[in-house]
Amino acid sequence: MKFQMKSKVGTEIPQASLPDIVFMLIIFFMVSTVFKESSGLSVVLPDAAKIEKLQGKRDVATIWADKANRVSLDDKIVEINQIRHLIYAKVADPLHPMKLVSLRVDKDVDMGLVTDIHEELRTAGGTALNINYSTRTAAD
Amino acid sequence: MLLDKKKKNKAEIPTSSLADIAFLLLIFFLVTTTIDTDKGIQLVLPEKGQEQKVRSQNIANILINQSGLVMMDEEAIELRLIAEKARQMIRENDNIIFSVKTMRGTKYDVYVDVLDQLKQANAKRISIAEPEA
Repeated sequence: MKFQMKSKVGTEIPQASLPDIVFMLIIFFMVSTVFKESSGLSVVLPDAAKIEKLQGKRDVATIWADKANRVSLDDKIVEINQIRHLIYAKVADPLHPMKLVSLRVDKDVDMGLVTDIHEELRTAGGTALNINYSTRTAAD
Repeated sequence: MLLDKKKKNKAEIPTSSLADIAFLLLIFFLVTTTIDTDKGIQLVLPEKGQEQKVRSQNIANILINQSGLVMMDEEAIELRLIAEKARQMIRENDNIIFSVKTMRGTKYDVYVDVLDQLKQANAKRISIAEPEA
């Protein structure tokens, strides 16, 4: 019978090139991924045992202070009395209001500098009062 | 002729498992990669111009001087004993506020250690006093 003649076309998906596709994807993402460079100053953080993890890096402003008493915010060296303006702008940002300020301060810095930064943050007010002293996990 | 008979082995590398190997590598790196997260001691600074008067019995003063010596309630104390003493004070008075006072020359390292000790004692009310010049 003529009607029973079915076309016997193979319906297999060629799988031979699947590894090539996967490798290509891996290589594409390896090449195109750019990790955010650890901008800021080189600091040796103090150790602490009872530490909390930050929720995420989103909406967190990081202030760096190193041994030479340089202060950096947003990849720039800033004067201490500029911090209040920069931080206030972040607190008042209508799209991404800042939630927390993370202080990455070298352990050999004097408290005088840290206090000056505190004062700047208190002047900015609002969410700038929520701070985090970045530390390393203590060994013991 | 017998001597002409060459072995005709097919020399193919099996490629069917290549995809599995690639996926395995992908999963391995997905699992082992850790993105550096920020961690530390969290604190809320007091608002400006809102200094409150607190009854002196509810305050425990902690002073840290330039050379890193710590004084708690008028007596010198070793750094690692602060947590134990703070725990004891919280047990005696639930409303106690730990007021940490530094000097401008105090090292940040010692200050963080003291805060760490207070956090270890589960102190909730920590205040930072303005340093003495």
